[in-house]
Amino acid sequence: MIGARTAFSSLMFGLLLLAGMGAHALAAEDFTAAVQSLNAKNFTAKGEAIEAVAATGHDRSVVVLRAMLDGRLYYRKKDRRVVIVERLDKGFRLTDAATGETLGEVGKRKVRKIAINNKLRKRLRAALARLSLAHHDPRVRHQSVTEMLASVTPDTIPLLESALARETDEAVSELLRTALALAALASTDREQRLQALRTLEGNIQPEVANRIRRLLDKEKDGAVRAAAQRALTAIEDKLKFYGFLETLFFGLSLGSVLLLAAIGLAITFGVMGVINMAHGELIMLGAYTTYLVQALMPDHLEYSLLVAIPAAFLVSGLFGIAIERGVIRFLYGRPLETLLATFGISLLLQQLVRTTISAQNVTVANPQWMSGSLEINPVLSLTYNRLYILLFALLVFIVLLLILKKTSLGLQVRAVSQNRAMARAIGIRSGWVDAMTFGLGSGIAGVAGVALSQLTNVGPNMGQAYIIDSFMVVVFGGVGNLWGTLVGAFSLGVINKFLEPWSGAVLAKIVVLVFIILFIQKRPRGLFPQKGRSAEH
Amino acid sequence: MKSLKERLTGAAAAAALGLAAFAAQAGDTIKVGVLHSLSGTMAISETTLKDTVLMLVEEQNKQGGLLGKKLEAVVVDPASNWPLFAEKARELLQKHKVDVVFGCWTSVSRKSVLPVFEELNGILFYPVQYEGEESSRNVFYTGAAPNQQAIPAVDYLMNELGVERWVLAGTDYVYPRTTNKILEAYLKSKGVKDEDIMINYTPFGHSDWQSIVADIKKFGSAGKKTAVVSTINGDANVPFYKELGNQGISAEDIPVVAFSVGEEELSGIDTKPLVGHLAAWNYFMSVDSEANDEFIEKWHAFIKDEDRVTNDPMEAHVIGFNMWVKAVEKAGTTDPDAVIDAMIGVTVPNLSGGYATMMPNHHLTKPVLIGEIQEDGQFEVVWQTPGTVVGDAWSDYLPGSRDIISDWRAPLSCGNYNVKTGKCSGQNF
Repeated sequence: MIGARTAFSSLMFGLLLLAGMGAHALAAEDFTAAVQSLNAKNFTAKGEAIEAVAATGHDRSVVVLRAMLDGRLYYRKKDRRVVIVERLDKGFRLTDAATGETLGEVGKRKVRKIAINNKLRKRLRAALARLSLAHHDPRVRHQSVTEMLASVTPDTIPLLESALARETDEAVSELLRTALALAALASTDREQRLQALRTLEGNIQPEVANRIRRLLDKEKDGAVRAAAQRALTAIEDKLKFYGFLETLFFGLSLGSVLLLAAIGLAITFGVMGVINMAHGELIMLGAYTTYLVQALMPDHLEYSLLVAIPAAFLVSGLFGIAIERGVIRFLYGRPLETLLATFGISLLLQQLVRTTISAQNVTVANPQWMSGSLEINPVLSLTYNRLYILLFALLVFIVLLLILKKTSLGLQVRAVSQNRAMARAIGIRSGWVDAMTFGLGSGIAGVAGVALSQLTNVGPNMGQAYIIDSFMVVVFGGVGNLWGTLVGAFSLGVINKFLEPWSGAVLAKIVVLVFIILFIQKRPRGLFPQKGRSAEH
Repeated sequence: MKSLKERLTGAAAAAALGLAAFAAQAGDTIKVGVLHSLSGTMAISETTLKDTVLMLVEEQNKQGGLLGKKLEAVVVDPASNWPLFAEKARELLQKHKVDVVFGCWTSVSRKSVLPVFEELNGILFYPVQYEGEESSRNVFYTGAAPNQQAIPAVDYLMNELGVERWVLAGTDYVYPRTTNKILEAYLKSKGVKDEDIMINYTPFGHSDWQSIVADIKKFGSAGKKTAVVSTINGDANVPFYKELGNQGISAEDIPVVAFSVGEEELSGIDTKPLVGHLAAWNYFMSVDSEANDEFIEKWHAFIKDEDRVTNDPMEAHVIGFNMWVKAVEKAGTTDPDAVIDAMIGVTVPNLSGGYATMMPNHHLTKPVLIGEIQEDGQFEVVWQTPGTVVGDAWSDYLPGSRDIISDWRAPLSCGNYNVKTGKCSGQNF
């Protein structure tokens, strides 16, 4: 009897063991099958396969799905095995997607990419977010909770609560509490809804406002409605404030672009009085220098801009000196002829670029540190390229100011611009000073070109877009005054950006132009008119 | 005296002979005019089309020409200057006496040459997608009408991606304004509310997209799936997509479907921020068909550069050129009236494996493809219409043009016939 029982239990144990082993082997097989099914014919089937892979909970599922999202999931043409590839100079190094086994290197034509579309990308991200709630990097966890916010339902509460229980990072915990409160908004318990609304008051995650609005649409309970309304008002007040900050930043950023474009002109036009229509083309040359520098050092993209800045200064500066020595010096005091001659030069420079490089726009890559944005909170983020360019514009301004105020070249420039005859009489080589000044202004234009290449298209016509704006800034700020250019550029930028939301981009430009015309009628010498004898002619 | 008279007659006879010989010589070639900007802002796009026509002419000559004569291409440069387009068109038709013209890109350049072609009875093949609301006897529109590009694209977004909020963003000129008017009417007819449509126009070459992109981001964060339908032109696209990328808006959150971004435009830019965004065209270089492979091979051999891409307007010229050749063969002459009549109903293969037919309203039948931008600057086709779509010159969604049809066949012969009043307005557009 006893023996029979032992035999029976050991039999049971054996069976269980077998079943367990079988289950394990089965899981691995399931996973392989699921991964294999990622290479389905149509996008719908691929979507189902993604869910299947995520549902296995296999260790490698994150790796496989991440590879698919990054476009590194391929299949081998000969046996249709799904593989993860690593790009080599020629061909790919393959890893089996399901097992992680290395499969050696093959040529490009032996494998084919598993194509995905936007819908699949979205599904992949959602699946990865769920899978990476337990990731060791708090930034990844933060990202995955943010992605989950839009899809929280009462069903996700247990998942979120267990994540919250082991969470150590304060910011992620906060976000998880928001997610839990969002889920609780749909609760049938009135107290829970009120509690959730108290947690969410003033929370500016976009999803929060949406959910509260939806709650308001169907909520019957008076107290909950009042709480929801209060929470929403608090959110909207905050949004308005951040919206104002955002617009201000946009304005300053546009101002910094205007400042960069105009500051070289403030020297050539403001200090020397030369109407240089080729100023935009000097900016363009700077941008093309950036392109050439990047082409010369393709492996060091991150540093290319640092090299491009002095290179562009030299290239545009030398072109500027050549223009001054070759043409402009014969035309001093004849503004109309200078205008026409420099306009001709601008066309020449454009055609030069068209024939030597290409009529097409060229690609100037953004280094990694210039891409993306600095996220201050969910509704306010400052893009890095704009931020750096704003700082760079101010730096250029300060350097230029120091050159003009503190160096002997600056002293001579100011002397010549104030009274040419007297300056010559005390032994200043006015011709040399003219060339240097023009070179300085042109070089700064080249530097501006480096910055602009990060924002806009680099093509033969790019200079044309900036020449009018530059003149506008210099005239508005006051000819011959660097501070005027600074204030002029930033105020035009900010005015433009505050007008844009209610008038549209086209009308905003017109309004600004009309404003300047009226302003010039009232104060013909701009914001900061230069005083003294030099201003008279 | 007599001798002088004799000499005079002799000279006259010689001159007449010479003239006849000259005429015979001129008659030995059929002249094909090419009216594309080779300088100025539009040169970026239009020079490729000039090369395409030159390639097609060379090809045709290799096959023995047309009606036993050689083709001769006459290239002029209207320099992206709209009034100059009209002058150059006149020069082609009057001075060079060309038999057909392939040309124009922007709508304003087409509008500028239209009176010239109608006055001098020339034939123009116009290869670019445009806003419709036009049908001239002398123009064959081989690009897409709005119902062959914009409307199917919106259908795709609405039905496949479940988009409920719409941003219609465009450059401020005639094509985006008309297209957006049609789209707005279409969306409203599908029950989209006013507050779910945002319309925005920007100047040519706009580069400061910060606040507009921030607005789109806000508009799109209202909990409903949002998409941008972009008729933003050429250059301005690069900073627009860059700004989208920098502000963290990915194609999965808010897809942008563009009507003016093709392979040629993508070849000049860093495509990283664009991956996953969409474009609607009637042809993509990545289309998998034998005709397309053959065409790409020929193009690379002709232009002597393996990296050059092909695009939709090029396909339009290929179709237009082949149709014209067929029509001339059918008519047995290059006389404009005979060719114009022979054109209707001509069917030639397109490059995506189907056929294009010239309809009585001088528009084509075309398949509509939606592609997602890939990192290599090519498109992956994610959706296409089951068959071909017939180009509609007069949109059914605009109150002014709903009742107007165009039919250039014999009894009607009218480009803007109002079916309600039963009158042909006689306007020449």
